Parts: sequence; C-alpha cells; structure tokens
Amino acid sequence: MIIHLSQPDRNLELQGPKQVKVILKELKIVAETVLVIRDDGLLTEDEMVRDSDSIEIRPVISGGA
Amino acid sequence: MKCRKCPGKAVLSIPRHNTALCSPCLTEYAHAQVERAIGREKMCTKEDKILVAVSGGKDSLALWDMLRKLGYQADGLYVDLGIGQYSIRSREKAEAFAESRNATLFTQDATPDESIGIRELADLVRRPTCATCGCIKRYQFNRTAVDQDYDVLATGHNLDDEAARLMGNVLHWQQEFLEKQSPVLPASMEGFAKKIKPLYRLTEREIAAYCVVNSIDYIVQDCPMATGSRLLVYKEALNVIEQASPGSKQSFYWGFLDQQRKKAKSDQPSISDQDRATLHPCEECGQPTSATICSYCKLMAKAKIHQKVS
Ligand SMILES: [Zn+2]
Ligand SMILES: [Zn+2]
Repeated sequence: MIIHLSQPDRNLELQGPKQVKVILKELKIVAETVLVIRDDGLLTEDEMVRDSDSIEIRPVISGGA
Repeated sequence: MKCRKCPGKAVLSIPRHNTALCSPCLTEYAHAQVERAIGREKMCTKEDKILVAVSGGKDSLALWDMLRKLGYQADGLYVDLGIGQYSIRSREKAEAFAESRNATLFTQDATPDESIGIRELADLVRRPTCATCGCIKRYQFNRTAVDQDYDVLATGHNLDDEAARLMGNVLHWQQEFLEKQSPVLPASMEGFAKKIKPLYRLTEREIAAYCVVNSIDYIVQDCPMATGSRLLVYKEALNVIEQASPGSKQSFYWGFLDQQRKKAKSDQPSISDQDRATLHPCEECGQPTSATICSYCKLMAKAKIHQKVS
C-alpha cells in the first residue's frame, strides 16, 4: 500500500493488508493527532487497508495560536 | 465499526465520549457541541452580527460553516500575513469557501507595505514572528469588528488550543493570562469587541473530520512560522496523555473553566472592571491599550524607522 504523509509531503510503502490501528502503531503515530483517509472517506482504526490501496495520513494538529 | 447512534457505518471514533459516529451523526454532533457552547456561555444570538477570523485552515472554515448552517449571521475576515506560498494558498482557500457559499469575506493586508511580509516585519523589530503576527491579527480583527459594527468576534480556537495554552500558563504560573482564558471575553469597554470561541468543546481531530465529511477544502499545511512552537510541544504531550486516558484534555480545560466560574461568583473584580481600570485609548489610533501607545502602533512606528534607515 502507498501511504501519503504531510509535513513534509512524502510517500512511503508498507506491505498490506493491515489494520489502520496497526499501520499507525508501526509508524509510531498517535491516533489522536491524525485522520486516515481513503478515496475522500475517513477510516476508523479497525478498518483493513488492502495492499493495492493508497491512503493519506493527515495531521490535524496546528501550531499557530 | 458501526455508528453508535444509527445503523450507519462509523467514520470516526471519539474515545473521550466512548462513541463512534457516521458522517451525518458526526455533523449533528459537531453542531450540537457548538450550540451548547454558545448557549452555555451566552456567546451570541441569531440577531447578532458575527465576524469570524478566517485563516483558511480547518478550524476557522469549519466554524464559519457551522455558524451559517445553524442560522447565525456570520461574515469572515482574512488577514494576509504575506508568508509566501502559505499565505497565497490559505487566502485562496478562504476566498473559494466564501465564493461557493455566497458569504461575505473581508480581506486585509497585515503590513501597510505590500513588499514586506510579517517575517520581514518581525526581523525589523527583532521580535518573534508569532508574537508579531498575533499582535497584528488581534489588532486588525478587533479594529474591523468595531469599525464595521459587528457585535461579536468569533475565532476558531478549539479544545486542543485551549488545553495547550492552559498547560503553558500553568507550567509557568502566569496568573494574569489564566484569568483571561475563557471562551468568552466581554466587550469590556468602548473599542473592544466581544470575543467568543464556539469550538472550545471540539477537538482538532473532530473538527478536521467535520471538514472532510462536509467537503470543506482547507489548507492542510500548517503555518511555516509555527514549526517547533511551544504550543505544539504542549499539544503533543496532551495527545499522548489523551491516548492513554481518553477525556484528559476536556477534563483539564473544562475543569479549569468550572473553577473560574466558582471564583467569579465570589466577589472578585471582573475582567471588565479590571480592563476599565487599566485600559484607555491609544494616542495614535484610539484602540484600547494599557500604555500610552498600543503595541500595534509601537510595532508600526519601529518598522517605519527601520525602513527609513535601510
Ligand atoms: Zn449515525
Ligand atoms: Zn494604537
């Protein structure tokens, strides 16, 4: 699967299928700080991502006051 | 995962409320939280004219969207800070949102001279960029709200923002800032607009999800000036705590608000009383300040002197 990450913009590949929860854990990302998006739709942590999927892990934390 | 409210499929789990919601139920939940915030804190009514501080980011656009859908009269103000591509793109997002919804958006430049942005200005006066930016935004928003006869100025500060700020203020025991950390600041005197934060009951993640579900196109990239900010460090720490113990952020900030409410009931001077005692019109521009000349005018004066020299 292809995973798109921001700040900085980059792509990385992981072997699927994998649960969203597992992907976040492997990438050491705190679930509370991101949304996981596939085809414009949000994925919950229990969802399976297939090897042929592309997903975006979008940070939701902003630093400006 | 199934929605806890209807037979639909959940798109977001919300551990702090021990729930998971589908798209329509998430939208309904966000609207209800904003209505509750407005009602509980007596922020505004549907008769009020509201000016929303719009940055093109998720919080301010979601706030603007929700206020309009809930039947409030809300217009937007975008302040262009001149931070290269970031400002160009965030302005596009704000303008596109307004245009597609037939909403009124004012736009203003942060600096009087188009050739210098906020970064250059901050360098000129040797102050941190975010402090300079905060000073200018506060000034422009307050000024526009008062000049254009808006009753209320609304900002997109969310639960994470407020909890992180509270953490910073508590860590350094900044008593005077603690007292002003309420979701409502009254129009304490002539020249000061009433300020409200209707998103204080929603987390950043819930707001970002609201945007995705409601097709609100916002700028995902964070302001480049905010990289490594203290606020981000506090947010990170709070989210680690939240992950281990859901509900920590809300109990931290809302618990603080409860304490403040109890304190207000005892006979301490209110913010309005304190403001009236310490603030008076700036000699240059007439906006309220505790000094002879307000910090915005001081900043602009310094910038002008430096420009003449260079
Ligand atoms: Zn539902
Ligand atoms: Zn002034």
